[in-house]
Amino acid sequence: MSHAVLDIRDLRCERDDRELFADFDLRLEAAQALQLRGPNGAGKTTLLRCIAGMHPEYEGSIRLLGVPVSGDQLLFVGHRPGISGLLSAADNLRWHLDLAGWRGSGGVVSAALERVGLIGYEEVPCQQLSAGQQRRVALARLALPTAEVPLWLLDEPFTALDDAGLQLVSGLMAQRLAGGGAILFTTHQPAPDLPGLSTRWIGAAS
Amino acid sequence: MKYIPDGLRRLWHRMGSPRWFYETTGSWVPWLAASAALLLGVGTVWGLAYAPPDYLQGDSFRIIYIHVPAAYLAQAGYMLMAVCGVVLLVWRMKLADMVMATVAPVGAAFTFLALATGSIWGKPTWGTYWIWDARITSVLILLFLYLGIMGLRRAIERPEAAGRACAILAIVGVINIPIIKYSVDWWMTLHQPATFSVTSAPAMPPVMWIPLLLNVLGFNLLFAVSVIQGTRTEVLLRERRTRWVTDLCRQERA
Amino acid sequence: MRASPGSEASLWVLFRGQLRRDLKLAFGQPSELANPLAFFVVVITLFPLGVSPEPGVLAGMAPGVLWIAALLATLLGLEALFRRDRDDGTLEQMVLRAQPLYLPVVARMLAHWMVTGLPLTLLAPVLGGMLNLAPEARLPLMLGLALGTPVLVLLGGVGAALTVGLRTGGVLLALLVLPLFVPVLILGVSAAELAGSGLDPTGPLLWLAAGTSFAITTVPFAIAAALRIGVETG
Repeated sequence: MSHAVLDIRDLRCERDDRELFADFDLRLEAAQALQLRGPNGAGKTTLLRCIAGMHPEYEGSIRLLGVPVSGDQLLFVGHRPGISGLLSAADNLRWHLDLAGWRGSGGVVSAALERVGLIGYEEVPCQQLSAGQQRRVALARLALPTAEVPLWLLDEPFTALDDAGLQLVSGLMAQRLAGGGAILFTTHQPAPDLPGLSTRWIGAAS
Repeated sequence: MKYIPDGLRRLWHRMGSPRWFYETTGSWVPWLAASAALLLGVGTVWGLAYAPPDYLQGDSFRIIYIHVPAAYLAQAGYMLMAVCGVVLLVWRMKLADMVMATVAPVGAAFTFLALATGSIWGKPTWGTYWIWDARITSVLILLFLYLGIMGLRRAIERPEAAGRACAILAIVGVINIPIIKYSVDWWMTLHQPATFSVTSAPAMPPVMWIPLLLNVLGFNLLFAVSVIQGTRTEVLLRERRTRWVTDLCRQERA
Repeated sequence: MRASPGSEASLWVLFRGQLRRDLKLAFGQPSELANPLAFFVVVITLFPLGVSPEPGVLAGMAPGVLWIAALLATLLGLEALFRRDRDDGTLEQMVLRAQPLYLPVVARMLAHWMVTGLPLTLLAPVLGGMLNLAPEARLPLMLGLALGTPVLVLLGGVGAALTVGLRTGGVLLALLVLPLFVPVLILGVSAAELAGSGLDPTGPLLWLAAGTSFAITTVPFAIAAALRIGVETG
């Protein structure tokens, strides 16, 4: 496989009549992680949404493993958790498995919840959990078998997490990198200790 | 697309360019406007003053010289929006969206004209300004469909998203228009079995239908010139930050 | 163990998973479930008070009143259809991940119909009785609602999906979808009226059945396309 996991060329992107990127190139190989940094409004989130296909106003080419991006090849964790507050953590994760067409045993749900330290909270509606616990439910998606996709796009994965939570997420990320995945993430915090990590500044020049 | 000859494909791509549209249609507008004025002037004066009165309705039938072309263009306008919607969704041609944005208010205006003239016509024919006649009811619902599209476009801030949303709505609407029309016709037969119908009247003599034909042509041209001029404005508005538009503005000012 | 995308079993998993989730969500909030039904009953109650309690007058307008109330009750439930999913980010996950998006959309609409259209259909003969609807018209009324409310929910779904990202959704939603409801209203009311006057209601009911089949196969594509626009912007 000579194709990079993620290959962006000549990206030009606007939002609200303002040019965010011009002649932007980015290449991410398997087992590489790239941290996007930059001031608020620099376009970090917009870049992730462009890649995920949720911001169509761009020109240029974005390819995943040499072909146009398809939603089942990536995992996107955005500002919105993707977790329904009225449902329990277990129900939410089960739905995420179903969305990806997972046919294996449901035991992976409790395994994922155990991994993020939410044993005992499986059947509690998520809106009754604390903000940090809710964040952990969202991040438990990273521990599901359906997360074994070539590319992770994580928008601020470390917000609202304590030190243990931070360790947990970087552990999951390291595991995915070891499994041959690529990760593109944004954060304002200092970068966690990950193998194959590099940093890219956006919007700093202008 | 690979089965389409190169020349045609190039023409298609060029047509999709708003700049090409703006520069090409600039010289059309005065000619179209003049022809529309001429046809409408002759047709309307002929129809209102010189055509013979109808054997059944007398002079009141003369409103068809306005009503029929308006009602026809009201429906054609919606079809045009749906076609533009398909072009926008399939080929992502921005020009189609600009045309669609312009057709909505123009089409709604023609729909309103058709409703108003139909209602005025109702007074001498049925003795009241409003009657739940099948045709008038269908046109009223068509007006609601136009208002929905205009409302949706206004409500969505990003023009790109608004265009595609309106395209979806126009396509759903255009599939529904014949269904609405037939269901309303059928509803009328349930509630009011025998009603006056223009189609059952004897064929019109040429002195009556030639002015109608002139007015239909004139209204078509009026519609076209309104849409073209509106689209030109829309092109300038949306491309206001491009080089060619700023250059154009500088030339105009000089 | 991951199912190959597009295989039959994973499509079923996708459909069933969405249906199960949406039904759980709906039954998780009994009040929201009951509100459109209560609205339906209250609107029906207003007609004898506002028009006339005369049994003959009521019987004449019963099919129309029941159908219009059902239409408005359906409309009431539509605004929240995708909004909460959009706010908590589950909608963008669905649009991003589900392949094809058609299936979870059908499941979503089916779940919504099961908690709105279906109870309305079951409740209608009781309210028909209160409005002195002819006994022989009650079954055609129910059949009409059973066949027509799925179309209302689907067409309403297009409007809800188109307005999902907007702050001023409610009134616009009504303007978008009510004109599209006209054929269903006409056919549904005619079926009940024909039966009430001793005629055969099969014709309009068959038309409604045709409309429902057509809507189920085509409208979810429009909803899916509208949802894709709805999750953009962010």
